Amino acid sequence: MLTILFWVFSVLMLASAAAVVLFRNPVNSAMSLVLSFLALAALFVTLDAFFIGVIQVLVYAGAVMVLFLFIIMLLDLKAETRRRLNIAALAGGIAVLGGFVVLITHVVKSLPASTDHFPPLARTGYPDAYDIGMTLFSDFNLPFQIIGVLLLVSTVGVVFLSRRSLR
Amino acid sequence: MPSLDLFLQPEIFLVWTAALKTFVILGVVLTMVAYSVWAERKVSAFIQDRIGPNRVGWAGLIQPVADGVKLLLKENFVPGGVNKFFFSIAPSLAMIPAILVLAVLPFGSSLFGVPMVIANLDIGVLWVFAVSSLGVYGIVLAGWASNSKYPFLGGIRSSSQMISYELSLGLSVVPVFMITGTLNLGEIVQYQVDHGWMVFPAWFQSGGGLLEITTDNGGMFGLDLGQSLLWIPMMISFVIFMIAMFAETNRVPFDLPEAEQELVGGYHTEYSSMRFALFFLGEYAAMIAGAGVIVTLFLGGWSLPFVPDGSQGWFWGLVNIGTFFAKVAAIIFFFLWVRWTLPRFRFDQLMKLGWYVFFEVALLNIFLTAGILAYLQS
Amino acid sequence: MATIVQRPKLNLLERSYFPAILGGLWITIKHFIKMLFGQTKVTMQYPEQKWDSAMPEWYRGAPTLVKDEHNRERCVACQLCEFICPPRAITIKPGELPGDNRWSKVEKYPEKFDIDMIRCIYCGLCEEVCPEQAIFLRKDYSITGLTRSEMVHDKEKLYELGGVMHGLVHKWNEKK
Ligand code: SF4
Ligand code: SF4
Repeated sequence: MLTILFWVFSVLMLASAAAVVLFRNPVNSAMSLVLSFLALAALFVTLDAFFIGVIQVLVYAGAVMVLFLFIIMLLDLKAETRRRLNIAALAGGIAVLGGFVVLITHVVKSLPASTDHFPPLARTGYPDAYDIGMTLFSDFNLPFQIIGVLLLVSTVGVVFLSRRSLR
Repeated sequence: MPSLDLFLQPEIFLVWTAALKTFVILGVVLTMVAYSVWAERKVSAFIQDRIGPNRVGWAGLIQPVADGVKLLLKENFVPGGVNKFFFSIAPSLAMIPAILVLAVLPFGSSLFGVPMVIANLDIGVLWVFAVSSLGVYGIVLAGWASNSKYPFLGGIRSSSQMISYELSLGLSVVPVFMITGTLNLGEIVQYQVDHGWMVFPAWFQSGGGLLEITTDNGGMFGLDLGQSLLWIPMMISFVIFMIAMFAETNRVPFDLPEAEQELVGGYHTEYSSMRFALFFLGEYAAMIAGAGVIVTLFLGGWSLPFVPDGSQGWFWGLVNIGTFFAKVAAIIFFFLWVRWTLPRFRFDQLMKLGWYVFFEVALLNIFLTAGILAYLQS
Repeated sequence: MATIVQRPKLNLLERSYFPAILGGLWITIKHFIKMLFGQTKVTMQYPEQKWDSAMPEWYRGAPTLVKDEHNRERCVACQLCEFICPPRAITIKPGELPGDNRWSKVEKYPEKFDIDMIRCIYCGLCEEVCPEQAIFLRKDYSITGLTRSEMVHDKEKLYELGGVMHGLVHKWNEKK
């Protein structure tokens, strides 16, 4: 059952991810991206990682993509759909993609997990939100705090930059 | 009898009870949707000294059926120049999230030992937020695909409004989780059964209170120090959550995406027939789901003081379910009442309120709760 | 002279909207409860309850033609009403009364008399202008039809609505 679901959702995810670049209309692309996020979230759920799955939907599909869509809709879409295919850009894109695929296969092969099988993670008996919280605030407390400060700084920066008059 | 045994095997039992619960809840909620439309018309009429629908059935009670038939029989008109695909899926996108929210709401304690919740997720609250944040797509796409100015403005307003209010919505419930220590809606309700409702913490089971009255059946009525201190941030949370819920569900005074007077109905201007009906019903379904979330988080879910839960017999299980829906109906009445009282906010006022007031207050409220909790633990 | 109304300065509580919102909610719930317990007077429920008994004498409903107690058509087809009618709702085709008729000295009678009730504005000018007391606005107000032609009242219909009217001046009667 889970394998079937895995294949269904990964195919859906990859297909809609491909659709993001293949569609000419930006709104179609954005909606494909949303679909891809949803499928990804479903994959997390099949791994029992409910928290990550739901947060994926909440943050990416629910907030970030709404903002994207908000901006896209304000653009002149007709100009975008009229644009001709640019051979050079296409070739460049394919080259980058190829390089990336080669890179990632090497990285994955060099990982120890590709040869020997790890036992599945031990269940703590708590919801995964609890596990994530515990890990974040104990083992990775310092990096977590640093990221928090970074986000705060950037927020303040954005507020400052978007003020109407920069004296 | 082998067939009965098969039905009682744990996994199969889970499947068919879940399916049964889903159908029943869907039926109940869709009926509630239809009747909240009726209630809306009736309440608005009464508030405005009118009679309201009274032709179809006694006191207009069959009016929803008549409305449904009318909408089904109307022409499903698609204007020229629309984006056909998004135009036709947008109404469903608006309806589905509202219904998905219902999956995690505990609408009763238990009946014959079956917990009365469709999916008992450990992260139920996050599911609610994630799914309801998807509801905006229906509106935004409808506005964009209609290829018309008013719907477009409605869609734009809707997306910015939802993003702004989702933030305060999420932040305002964080204190609830800090107090209950769980994201599971069923456990939050159980906490309120033991410690009193979030907005009305008037009984408890542990002793040592400021004031206590023991009732005949052994329950205790009163306040203890922790409850009365935590009651302050809970009230703040409740008010913010309620107001943000108004904005999430596009109800007056925050119905800017529709705004009949300025935007001729906003995002659904170009819709007719059943597609329009889906938007319309989706809005009410979202309202019911929202009311369900409010009831679950702040008003004790299915619990009533000193009423036992479903483990004491099926009668009490049914009472619990009835209690939940009665509370939901009360919240819906409040939604309607507010709608026919307040004028609409201006867009800049709406944004200001969301970002300058609710966001900050919700954030401070978290610190306040943390302070109180730390004080209580020391 | 222009008067300048100063905006009132709001204090903090007033600026939080809450007093105004609660006040508004209080007003609306009062109306709701009053209505719920039937203490509010509401409008008449039209098709069940009707105005008819309370209708004043001078009510101007649909224009109708009347006959008198001698069963004579009062209208002499002078066409004054046709001329005065502001929306030109009336169309009359006069005919000549045959010599052997009891009322032959009246000479004319309306062969056709149509009032288009889609046009009529119930102004009552036809009644006022008629020298023969032949056309009266009666109390029928609910004139409906499914087609335009149904809404045109012909002579027969007008007499049916008008009926017989007593106590009119009989200027065409033989001298006693
Ligand atoms: S009531 Fe007025 S409008 Fe109607 S037929 Fe008489 S003159 Fe014409
Ligand atoms: S109804 Fe009166 S005014 Fe009109 S044509 Fe007849 S007699 Fe003349």
